[in-house]
Amino acid sequence: MKKLMLGNEAIARGAYEAGVKVVSAYPGTPSTEVSECIARYDEVYAEWAPNEKVAFEVAIGASFVGARSMVCMKHVGVNVAADPMFTAAYTGVNGGLVILAADDPGMHSSQNEQDTRFYARSAHIPMLEPSDSAEAKEFTKLAFELSEKYDTPVFVRTTTRLAHSQSLVETAERREVPLRPYVKDVSKYTMMPSSAIGRHVAVEAREDKLAADVNFFDVNREEMNDPSLGIVCSGVVYQYVKEALPEASVFKLGVVYPLPFGRLRDFASKVERLVVVEELEPFFQNQLKANGIDCEGKNLFSKQGEISVADIRLKLLGEKLDVEKQDLPVRPPVMCAGCPHRGVFYILNKLKVTVSADIGCYTLGAQPPLCAVDTVVCMGASVGIAHGFEKAAGREQSKRTVAVIGDSTFIHSGITGLINAVYNKSNITLVILDNSTTGMTGHQQHPATGLTLKQEPAKILDIVALCKTVGCDSVRVVDSYDLAEVEKTLKEELAADGVSVIVAKRPCALLDRNYPAPCTVSDCRKCGMCFKLGCPAIEKQADGSAKINASLCVGCGLCEKVCKFGAIKEG
Amino acid sequence: MKANILIVGVGGQGTLLASRILGALADLEGSDCKLSEVHGMSQRGGSVVTNVKIADEVKSPIIGLRDADIIMAFEKLEALRYTNYLKKGGVIVVNDQEILPMPVITGARKYPEHIVEDLRERAGKVIVVPALAIAEEIGNLKTVNVVMIGALAKNLGIPFEKIDAALKAAVKPKLYEVNRTALQRGYDIG
Ligand SMILES: Cc1ncc(C[n+]2csc(CCOP(=O)(O)OP(=O)(O)O)c2C)c(N)n1
Ligand code: SF4
Ligand code: SF4
Ligand code: SF4
Repeated sequence: MKKLMLGNEAIARGAYEAGVKVVSAYPGTPSTEVSECIARYDEVYAEWAPNEKVAFEVAIGASFVGARSMVCMKHVGVNVAADPMFTAAYTGVNGGLVILAADDPGMHSSQNEQDTRFYARSAHIPMLEPSDSAEAKEFTKLAFELSEKYDTPVFVRTTTRLAHSQSLVETAERREVPLRPYVKDVSKYTMMPSSAIGRHVAVEAREDKLAADVNFFDVNREEMNDPSLGIVCSGVVYQYVKEALPEASVFKLGVVYPLPFGRLRDFASKVERLVVVEELEPFFQNQLKANGIDCEGKNLFSKQGEISVADIRLKLLGEKLDVEKQDLPVRPPVMCAGCPHRGVFYILNKLKVTVSADIGCYTLGAQPPLCAVDTVVCMGASVGIAHGFEKAAGREQSKRTVAVIGDSTFIHSGITGLINAVYNKSNITLVILDNSTTGMTGHQQHPATGLTLKQEPAKILDIVALCKTVGCDSVRVVDSYDLAEVEKTLKEELAADGVSVIVAKRPCALLDRNYPAPCTVSDCRKCGMCFKLGCPAIEKQADGSAKINASLCVGCGLCEKVCKFGAIKEG
Repeated sequence: MKANILIVGVGGQGTLLASRILGALADLEGSDCKLSEVHGMSQRGGSVVTNVKIADEVKSPIIGLRDADIIMAFEKLEALRYTNYLKKGGVIVVNDQEILPMPVITGARKYPEHIVEDLRERAGKVIVVPALAIAEEIGNLKTVNVVMIGALAKNLGIPFEKIDAALKAAVKPKLYEVNRTALQRGYDIG
């Protein structure tokens, strides 16, 4: 029977059917649901790792010892995992090893728009890209087979639209795959110069063989139609092409690295005009050109954002749509009513400090009216950046600089920055916003929440003890809702020398929804202070007075604390 | 059955359940169907879009500009924001509810007036549903989305029994009764 499945759910199903035994991952939109779905299968061991590098190493271990294993991440996670990944391409595998990497053209939920296909090429790892949920499942199974056949990790690449679209999938039974025997083999599994030299040769030989074989893979498919226009495409863009240009001839790439140049050359010879339609970088286009196959591509389509059906029709058929220009108030995402991060950013804004922030729900503290973030680069960067500020601009600067990081991000990669700051005699102030979850990506567990991905009880990492142990000069805990305490502690720690950590604790407002009664306003003096919180439940009336929307307010009491006129009462 | 339905609203309003009910409906009809959703933004309050495409064969999961037969809007300003996606003569089913976005809350912008009139100028037909008021009467504010589905189903000419079966397939059993009431109320005014 066919069933509607999210792309990510279909990948999980494919891995399950392929007999995967171990899955490790760190959450990241749009890859998160793969792990969440696979965790439902009792036959599969699945976990959240603290970061993508660790997750990758776990998958390598499981593969070496003979199991089919998978590691999942968003595109920027591949940067974090790149170190083990490049060398895993050398060692190859024992049990099949699949890397799920999710790109985000259009940056629906990311800090950059990098194109993971380049990793496939530079690490010499083959890459498959499905175009709907049914293919997502089948390609994942194929990836395990190819991994074992060619002795290499294999990428499955998705994009947001594939990962988060549902389409029909026919499920099959799981095939149990017994552990392959593990045999000690220093020349293959111990990468030091003497053995890696030999493996580099093996990598090139394998890639040459695969580059020849992909010409015969049926996931690379030629659909001859009207020969006046030939399109080369892959992934969900294939669906856009089929909808926009039903008459065109299409070469659909299922393997996006290495490319089947023999068949592409043949296709090019049969069509009058060859156009590559691909999102992000001219990855196919440049390789085609380098192989003497003339084509168009990025002269028509942008390297930025997503491609749409309308785009394709406009660029290739000249069809223009009649749309109206609008000037409506935007509706950006905001921190939820009652978000524990809000008060901390309100105080940071009040103190007029420079804030090196990090990636998570609290990145929204950059937006009006809080406007309390100066820098955001990548996960964990807040700590190193604050330390760099201090070393370059000195103690005066560090007295006005605060690093801010979430609990999950701190464990992911903030802790190493903190060790560096302590070791190198820094004077920085770090606020860890401990909301007991990985909020941004949809509330995943992490090492300090006490539960695993499978919702089983786990040891709880003690963040305060950890910071003390690495040698921080001061580690203090405050209640994120207690504005006076947050302000006082921040001032004291900014003035103090050494490395200070302030752990601001309060669970995410969406975790336990037993909220106190909403607050109410009476005799508002229209001073405007409460609007500076940016709480979506506090609305400015036409006459400038404040009104609290009872259906949104969760009674956190922050507004009551900022109103100097006592106009706001807790419910 | 063939329809491109764009569901728009504000994060936290339950657009995902609405699209899943329509997915279940397509399943009952034996049609091809693709849904495309927004995930991973836990925070509430952002503008959200869900695409539902039902046909004999669906290619792209995304509804483009001037490509929607119907826009189902859970919030008035969001209905207006997405009118460029509506085909000429398309239908808008809009919840008569205003949720103020941050620029309006802070006083930087004004919430647009006369939205329903503006929608009428841009659509073949506009159905205004007091879904929040109905959900309040039912005593469960979370049923706004299902009231809207009821109104939509009536306008698509779907028999009540069929959309009711789709609802049953998509919601948890213990939530079915209250949602069935919501569906019926929406269907009656649709
Ligand atoms: C390398 C990398 N992996 C994953 C992500 C996706 N991501 C963005 S923020 C975040 C974690 C946020 O959790 P936390 O720091 O606890 O803050 P919260 O959102 O709970 O406030 C994740 C996993 C990313 N941006 N970069
Ligand atoms: S999901 Fe939690 S942490 Fe994120 S904005 Fe909402 S309340 Fe804050
Ligand atoms: S108590 Fe005040 S700040 Fe907290 S959610 Fe309600 S309106 Fe917002
Ligand atoms: S802070 Fe108090 S007096 Fe000032 S606008 Fe808000 S409710 Fe009114």
